[in-house]
Amino acid sequence: MTRLTRRYRFSASHRLHAAPLSEAGNREVYGKCNNPFGHGHNYVLEIGVEGPVDPGSGRVVNVAALDGLVEREILQTLDRSDLNAEVPEFAVVVPTTENLALEIRRRLRAGWAGAFGETGPRLARIRIQETRRNIFEIMEEL
Amino acid sequence: MFITRRVEFSASHSCYTPALSDEQNRALYGREANGHGHNFVVEVTLEGEPDPVTGMVLDLKRLKQILEREIVGPMDHRFLNHEVPPFDRVVPTPENLAREIWNRVEPHVRAAGVRLHAVRLYETEDLYVDYYGGAA
Repeated sequence: MTRLTRRYRFSASHRLHAAPLSEAGNREVYGKCNNPFGHGHNYVLEIGVEGPVDPGSGRVVNVAALDGLVEREILQTLDRSDLNAEVPEFAVVVPTTENLALEIRRRLRAGWAGAFGETGPRLARIRIQETRRNIFEIMEEL
Repeated sequence: MFITRRVEFSASHSCYTPALSDEQNRALYGREANGHGHNFVVEVTLEGEPDPVTGMVLDLKRLKQILEREIVGPMDHRFLNHEVPPFDRVVPTPENLAREIWNRVEPHVRAAGVRLHAVRLYETEDLYVDYYGGAA
């Protein structure tokens, strides 16, 4: 089994604030991340793609097609953005990096067949480093 | 328990197959179709239990010798397509390179009584391949 992983970077701001909680409750749960003016991170995103290695090309995935998909679906809207204000999903759910990983998965799944066709490689892993110390990962089971 | 050893080698390669036209190669591999080089980083991960006497899964000196002999010696400061078989016939994509490293290392690790779990090959900091054996 072969998995190719590509790393991307984007910078964005967010504020962690859950509407159902009180002001005091939000401060208690999110601490400094609840600062009303928000704050930012240099996110590092890894996307892992699995599939058979094509015997002719020696490739699991066309890397340029993957880069194009990520640029269109993720980086163009998320890089240098205010996640709470600019990503519709985050008007409703808190833009924790857990939820950001799920949103990135949703966007990749939506564009996947368009980029790779119905029989292309499969999205196997999403890993986001929010800071060097906080890392979030989704593994897609077969 | 898993243990991982990392080694590096610097080599040139060209992701280009003579079976396709120049235009098709360019479409498939982009600028990777040109001859160029990388500082490749290899992480070899073994799985086993620590020996009750030595406390080691495998003496890392022994693993270092295997990696030096099978990978770094033959590949460091080489042009893979021209100097390191099978890459005269097989396109040296990172996918194929990871599998070739597995094939070179696995028999020696197995002979030492340990299971090879994974080979991770970094072509750059932003692109790596994991190979776990079996069908590529």
